[in-house]
Amino acid sequence: MRLKQPLQFYSEPLPGVDSAELHGKLIVIEGPDAVGRTTQIAMLRQWLEQEGHAVLDTGMARGALAGKGIKQAKEGNTLGPLTMTLYYTTDFADRLENEIVPALRAGFVVLTDRYIFSIMARAMARGEDRRWINQVTGFGLAPHAVYYLRADVKQLVSRVVLGRGAFDYWESGMDMRFGDNMFDSFVKYQTRLIRALDAMAKKYNFVTVDAGRPPQVIFRDLQGHISNLEIKKLRNMPRINGAVRPDAVNHHVKNARKQ
Amino acid sequence: MPLLKPNRLKGKLLVVEGIDGSGKSTQISLLSHWLRSQGYAVAFSEWNSSPLVQETTRRGKKKEMFTPTTFSLIHATDFADRMERYILPLMKSGAIVCADRYAFTAFARDVARGVSRRWVRNLYSFATRPNLSFYFRVPLDVAIGRILGGRDAIKYYEAGMDLGLSRDVEESFRIFQGRILDEYEAMAREVGFHIIDATLSIEEQQKQMRAIVVGELGVSLKNGVLRFPPSEIHAIEAAASVL
Repeated sequence: MRLKQPLQFYSEPLPGVDSAELHGKLIVIEGPDAVGRTTQIAMLRQWLEQEGHAVLDTGMARGALAGKGIKQAKEGNTLGPLTMTLYYTTDFADRLENEIVPALRAGFVVLTDRYIFSIMARAMARGEDRRWINQVTGFGLAPHAVYYLRADVKQLVSRVVLGRGAFDYWESGMDMRFGDNMFDSFVKYQTRLIRALDAMAKKYNFVTVDAGRPPQVIFRDLQGHISNLEIKKLRNMPRINGAVRPDAVNHHVKNARKQ
Repeated sequence: MPLLKPNRLKGKLLVVEGIDGSGKSTQISLLSHWLRSQGYAVAFSEWNSSPLVQETTRRGKKKEMFTPTTFSLIHATDFADRMERYILPLMKSGAIVCADRYAFTAFARDVARGVSRRWVRNLYSFATRPNLSFYFRVPLDVAIGRILGGRDAIKYYEAGMDLGLSRDVEESFRIFQGRILDEYEAMAREVGFHIIDATLSIEEQQKQMRAIVVGELGVSLKNGVLRFPPSEIHAIEAAASVL
């Protein structure tokens, strides 16, 4: 399949959107659960803003329409795999049409924590039809870049246990009971997710980033890639301090997690 | 592209379709009562009624947050939940499921809103194909007369006000329902609708529906569909006549 140009629709144009009038940059951070996406986005945002760019950051299930409903549905015990896929897709469409597209029209840099790829990977990990979910999410805009933070399951396990201290029901795919306890289910489910994301890497032109390194190293790596994206240069931007301090972005991370 | 999955389960799926004011809800309700009185296990599922999704839909409508795409997707989410949690397990058990509106409502309504025909058909391709789909054909003026006579106000999305077809609600409703009607008519063959003339009397329409059910499903209803033993049916009928 031919690669899509940035800001072209994958297969299904959204009614009322002319991609010629979108001037911003769309940057996606993808990767499995607990891989460190939120930390990177918070640092990238601060850096880009210091460079003088207007930044929108957005992520899964944060939309005004469906975010709350998804959260409530996950608290119950009846949410099925198809329903979950479509609920997330509804949220994605809402954020795409009401947040991302308007920001791109206004020339923003949009940083998004996960994209249609996570929705597709979760659906496929649950045995849903690949062609079906491809078409359902076909109204997505091809991003300028997708950075795939990749780690293996062992690394994810240690991040979860050392960082958060406990396994999460949904991150472990316990709705599908991949194993008879949270650890076994986590390992199987995350392995499936990683496999699904790996399989998309070529088709969607992911830049694979080794997430097993310290956050600052990953950040510098991402900075290097993003600098090549030719985001409109603002050379005369006055600056006081160009460095980004990880401790200064901690509260951003916390806020994003709360959402 | 295959449209919907064939029903290989023991139970049966009967659906009614038509524009607002076509009288389909009255008819499916009468039909389900009749089937129940015959001793069948009958379940009922209404469009837009999933407890997981309802609140989101309500908020979106109240605050007028929907686009054609999100309107389509939230209804598909609602449908998926009813399918996964209610319709499929009951059909597996051998029940007759009666649905007031089905995927065809989305095919007509979402396309009238500007969503692509192909995309919305793929979206619902996980749905089971009904054993019988009744389409209540009614002229636009008759349907509009029934709606205006029966209720106080037409709602925003019902009238397609989000499309900016007209500032006048009644005018917008007329244009929008006209488009939906065209979509229903255009899909009638593709979908294999049993067409009921919805200008006939309620009794006559019901008679036709029952004849179609008996004619089309007669033999297969004896096969695997959950039913009370004949000896108990009299008791059910007696109870029903009291009600």
